[in-house]
Amino acid sequence: MLKGMYNWIDERLDITPMWRDIADHEVPEHVNPAHHFSAFVYCFGGLTFFITVIQILSGMFLTMYYVPDIINAYYSVDYLQHQVAFGQIVRGMHHWGASLVIVMMFLHTLRVFFTGSYKAPREMNWVVGMLIFFVMLGLGFTGYLLPWDNKAYFATKVGLEIAGSVPYLGEYIKILMNGGTIVGAQTLTRFFAIHVFFLPGALLTLLAAHFFMIRKQGISGPL
Amino acid sequence: MDQNQQQDTAHRPVKRKEMTRRQFLSYTLGGAGAFMAGGAILPMIRFAVDPLLQPKQQGNFVKVIEESKVTNEPQQVDFKVHQVDGWYESDPKLQAWITKGDDGTIFALSPICKHLGCTIGKYGKEIPNQYLCPCHGARYDKNGKTLAVAPRSLDEYEVKTDNGWVYLGPLKPNSRVK
Ligand code: HEM
Ligand code: FES
Repeated sequence: MLKGMYNWIDERLDITPMWRDIADHEVPEHVNPAHHFSAFVYCFGGLTFFITVIQILSGMFLTMYYVPDIINAYYSVDYLQHQVAFGQIVRGMHHWGASLVIVMMFLHTLRVFFTGSYKAPREMNWVVGMLIFFVMLGLGFTGYLLPWDNKAYFATKVGLEIAGSVPYLGEYIKILMNGGTIVGAQTLTRFFAIHVFFLPGALLTLLAAHFFMIRKQGISGPL
Repeated sequence: MDQNQQQDTAHRPVKRKEMTRRQFLSYTLGGAGAFMAGGAILPMIRFAVDPLLQPKQQGNFVKVIEESKVTNEPQQVDFKVHQVDGWYESDPKLQAWITKGDDGTIFALSPICKHLGCTIGKYGKEIPNQYLCPCHGARYDKNGKTLAVAPRSLDEYEVKTDNGWVYLGPLKPNSRVK
């Protein structure tokens, strides 16, 4: 039946070439762990993306219960974790995934570095990768404030003190990120907006560029 | 059967009923992929639909007015109920129109219009002996019977009397009119 539905659509829209163009490409032997087990290091990029997808999905579901408000944020997180079915799992995915995505990204970066894949003609993809790295750190930093517990509050205070230590501009950066002079109600809403709209938007754009360049240039050759 | 033919049969590949390598791989990879995707997505779906599966909150009875003060002219009573809304607990104010019927029983009508949920106005204020809803002009009589616009009659609170006091409980469909 699925095949029938697919054929029906394909007859009308000719979709086969579209996905073939994306999915149908050869995996060179030197990146296939079935040939050389050590080639598993080439999986870290895909694993980073896999966890990013988990982060986006679990984050979307968390926002069904979460409120970015200093009175209710903590209680809403407490509620969604302990009262809602599978809340512990969904928050757990987002909580542990946030660390795991950084670990995977780091391993992926090491692979790219030690295989020399950043060299011409792939310099631009190294730069895009670095931007993704900073966006990820930003997601981790802004997300960390959201539960509005002690760890969240003081981690953000410390982070903003560090931002404030930038010469000349520090004070302005700090006020801008704080949304005022204290870590408070306006910091929380600001961080929330950045965490769920601005940075995911930037991340998806950068990922699109990253993947486009990989398809265009192919995977780098064997050592 | 001559010799040539016999040889031919012997060399023909045996036809066994088994799946191809390609089929086997797509089933195992598809199965493992579906298992992993399901493991990630099912908890999130269960998480999202949790409100559908929560038991309904049970309403308690609340003391609202002395029995002797209830007359056959509808009176507005305001009372508070405790409400747990996720992580937010509050005591919202509810309203009832409480009346002694011609049969002598005390009944309390919900002011929530059965058209689309606005709050009806004071009994007899705009139209004699009727409740009027300001939104789209639904009208009800003293027993809450619908006279215009609304498809059903006003709901009633469950009423208990004890020791000279009237207590109101959860809502139920109007029992005074058919
Ligand atoms: C892709 C990268 C992402 C990373 C690295 C990330 C990171 C984090 C971190 C570290 C926390 C704090 C978790 C905790 O303390 O338990 C958090 C919380 C949160 N994130 Fe994300 N996040 C990402 C994407 C998203 C997206 C796309 C959304 C929504 C559309 C989202 C929504 C939330 C919400 C609502 C919370 C607060 C609930 C909680 O603390 O459990 N996140 N995030
Ligand atoms: S809601 Fe009352 S008349 Fe429409």
